Amino acid sequence: MKLTVVALIGLLFGAGILISGMADPNKVMNFFDILGTWDPSLAFVMGGALVVNLIGYQVMFRQRSKPLIAETFHKTAPTIIDVNLVGGAMLFGIGWGIAGFCPGAAIPTLGSGEIAPLIFVTALGLGMVAFRLIRPALPSQPPVA
Amino acid sequence: MPTEFTPLASLIGGGMIGLSATLLMLTIGRTAGATGILSGVLFPASRGEGAWRLAMILGMIAAGPILAFMFGVRPNVVPAIGLPQVVLGGFIVGIGVSMSSGCTSGHGICGLARFSLRSLVAVVTFMGAGFATVLFIRHVLGA
Repeated sequence: MKLTVVALIGLLFGAGILISGMADPNKVMNFFDILGTWDPSLAFVMGGALVVNLIGYQVMFRQRSKPLIAETFHKTAPTIIDVNLVGGAMLFGIGWGIAGFCPGAAIPTLGSGEIAPLIFVTALGLGMVAFRLIRPALPSQPPVA
Repeated sequence: MPTEFTPLASLIGGGMIGLSATLLMLTIGRTAGATGILSGVLFPASRGEGAWRLAMILGMIAAGPILAFMFGVRPNVVPAIGLPQVVLGGFIVGIGVSMSSGCTSGHGICGLARFSLRSLVAVVTFMGAGFATVLFIRHVLGA
């Protein structure tokens, strides 16, 4: 029951990614290319997603103390702003600009049967593994996402 | 390569993404962050932690074939760049999102909706880096 509900929510997420144009790496790169073939579409994706979820979250957290089919809201993100957060976000933005995919947009493209999404997600997974190998050497350890 | 400006489809698709993030929190109390979901499947802390994330990923993947075969919707998902660039970008993204504990969905859609300052810093940083990277590649390197 719980897993079926989550799979349906994943389906909604994936359909949103594909319909919005977020899954098209060329649109993503063109969003960043304000001096060239600029395509502002992605501002509408992120704006639409944020407005809906912001209203959803704020209303829900005011009205409910726990979720429908679990015991607690998991809102455990630590509040520290450190070199891991900023450095990691910088690396993410660089890689996003190079390849045109971000993780949430890439996963739904796996169902397309194309090779590029599969290659991106494989490299993404390898990057996650590589990070776990270098993690002990970092000055402060970020929490595992 | 120019792409078509699609404000309506982007707004509708974005709204669906936002709604799914709200629903995931409402039902099982979890953040709809692709980084946490993917790394939770690759490195599950326990079976229960891996299971819901895998269900979410399978649902996300199923969206492609369902849209294609039931609605004839097949958006382009192929980048107009070489595969070495896809590999390089993917690997860097993997390190970056692990290090910053989140990406566009986790920090951008979920973190900002909770007014997290940490997520705001992450979003401004990765968006800025995205603009800088594409502008550098296309207008400085001329690739």
